[in-house]
Amino acid sequence: MVAITSPAFKENARTALADPGLQKALGTAKGAFLQRRAQAVANLPEFEQLRDIGRNIKNHTLANLDFYLEAYEAKVKAAGGQVHWCSTADDARAAVLEICRKANARTVTKGKSMISEELGINAHLEAHGIRPVETDLGEYILQLRQEHPSHIIAPAFHLNREDWEADFRRLHTDLPADRVFAERRDILAEARTKLREKFLQADVGITGANFLIAETGSSVIVTNEGNGDLTQTLPRVHIALASIEKVVPTLEDATSLLRLLARSATGQDFSVYTTFSTGARRPADLDGPEEYHVVLVDNGRSNMLGTEFQEMLRCIRCAACMNHCPVYGAIGGHAYGWVYPGPMGSVLTPSLVGIEKTGMLPNASTFCGKCESVCPVKIPLPKMMRHWREREFERHLTPATQRSNLALWAWFARRPTLYRAATRAANAALGLLGRGKGAFRSLPLAGGWTAGRDLPVPEGGTFMARYAKEQRRR
Amino acid sequence: MTKEAILGAIRRGLKRGPLPADQQAMLGGRLATHPRHLIPARSRLPRPDQVALFIRNVEKEFGTVERVPNAEAVPAAIADYLAAQNLPPRFPMAPHPELTAIPWSERPLLEIEQRRAEATDQVSLQHGYAGIAETGTLMLPSAPERPTTLNLLVETEMVVLRASRIVGAYEEAWDRLRAESKDERSGGFMPRNIMFVTGPSRSADIEQTLELGAHGPRRLHIILIDDDPAALPMGDATAPPPVAVPGGPAAPGD
Repeated sequence: MVAITSPAFKENARTALADPGLQKALGTAKGAFLQRRAQAVANLPEFEQLRDIGRNIKNHTLANLDFYLEAYEAKVKAAGGQVHWCSTADDARAAVLEICRKANARTVTKGKSMISEELGINAHLEAHGIRPVETDLGEYILQLRQEHPSHIIAPAFHLNREDWEADFRRLHTDLPADRVFAERRDILAEARTKLREKFLQADVGITGANFLIAETGSSVIVTNEGNGDLTQTLPRVHIALASIEKVVPTLEDATSLLRLLARSATGQDFSVYTTFSTGARRPADLDGPEEYHVVLVDNGRSNMLGTEFQEMLRCIRCAACMNHCPVYGAIGGHAYGWVYPGPMGSVLTPSLVGIEKTGMLPNASTFCGKCESVCPVKIPLPKMMRHWREREFERHLTPATQRSNLALWAWFARRPTLYRAATRAANAALGLLGRGKGAFRSLPLAGGWTAGRDLPVPEGGTFMARYAKEQRRR
Repeated sequence: MTKEAILGAIRRGLKRGPLPADQQAMLGGRLATHPRHLIPARSRLPRPDQVALFIRNVEKEFGTVERVPNAEAVPAAIADYLAAQNLPPRFPMAPHPELTAIPWSERPLLEIEQRRAEATDQVSLQHGYAGIAETGTLMLPSAPERPTTLNLLVETEMVVLRASRIVGAYEEAWDRLRAESKDERSGGFMPRNIMFVTGPSRSADIEQTLELGAHGPRRLHIILIDDDPAALPMGDATAPPPVAVPGGPAAPGD
């Protein structure tokens, strides 16, 4: 599995805020996502109804997950494919390696896949003498830089054009050093040429899967570049990596979810390539892989069923939540410290690797609620972050001062008259102290809290005072 | 066994054992009847407007479309297109009966081979199974007569599509496939691969700015044969949607 730096979230965030390159990249990228999604949603009047449909399809599937997985496997087998059931990341890595070894693979091309990042497939293949080559443009440069994705659909979100040019010059040393990258498309063209060689060399192609379809035994990938299709079409063996919650019952179910996916992700009506793979090459076919394997991974998902985090398994990995998150927008994806950043990561990461190391993540939220409001399958992300905070508290993982302060607050909160008087006084004092400042960067006795946050200076009366005033007016 | 372990863990989470037979039968029925969900109204149009919507959506996604009256007009349309784009008149073609029936001998300068695509090919000619008006999407199921590599390895992909094969929504295309296709291996209707293609290949991985021609074709050109009298243009449906510009700011792709 990928190393985890989530325990150092505060330091990571501080570093990110002070990184001019990252801040420039975040500034460039943020607006485009929001604008394009808003436009795509505005152009489809049924979008809100489709969100309910998407949620219902996923809920129905999760409630009958065992049935649909078995139905799916039967169809894969009928189409000449194999399903490899893997409980853990270890099992999945071993299954992938075994398939590659049987194919005598030396070079493996890869389509973009977050489950591959989660499982650490690349490192495992490399350790066993097999060369994995990432073919998504963003993943390709990250592999050159030995970095991990900072965003689940735009992996090189944190890089600027200068970074691309510098890395290509540094690493593509067979090309003339004085070549000119006049336009972004020159960078793209160079990557296209370099990767075309790899597509043709590869013995095995590994992709992820956006959906698995029980009705037909198909795996679905969604891309814009076409790299995923080259990856799964040209080599002799295709491996699709998928976690168990990717299954949906029918083509109609997948179709409804696909109407939500591209619009929520990139603001496209439909991605350029949406491809359904069902088994291996048929006898008379002129192209396509001779073997088709699905590595079906649990790796902690089944533990989420029946808990307050079950709804997280509806996630279709569109990234709308992180695109709209003020915290992600300020610090980028790497600061979160593991594979999945942003609000969906703040819920999923503790579920998969434990709250002990990841307690900071569900706390890294302003609870503005934007993530839930844009989620195509209506996952209540803020509510689940609260559940994680509660679990953290129950298990005594929160720091002692925070716990004693919470206890102090609770003592006051149980005594309304006293509480109102105290908040009124505090409100007035802070308002006076911080007049004209906007926010406190630090406060006496609350240094632990303000070290990672600013406290807005109160304006006007307390909530209760304003509520009472409003009631009187009516 | 791992499969049993995973299924067991799922059932423990769901706080139940294996589903009783009657519930399994109900879910099996849902798979067999594959009920449709809400289909957006945008593609429910009279035939001429449906075809117009398809064309508009292809163009919105940077593809191009040329309408020709019949199959006899295809060779000239292709020869002219290749000449205009300064492309060689040499290409692999899907060995589909509808394509081989086209009177290619009228344009003897076109060098056509019926085969899959290789990495050295610049241009390909594919057979379009269906077009989906909702988003301007081509449906290209793999078959011996429709190789997948024709969609991927070239810089310019040309697709011959009959107007009678344009449907409104994806669901209608699925139903056509279910009715028309038979897969010998699985006994079902799904071929090895189905690509849904909406415009030419692109990436926005560099600074979230859209550039065309990532790993797949840089150009997608559709030759639309007007074989459906009911679909011939009468008047335009609605104003065209706003068009993004390559090189301008855009949301990223994958």
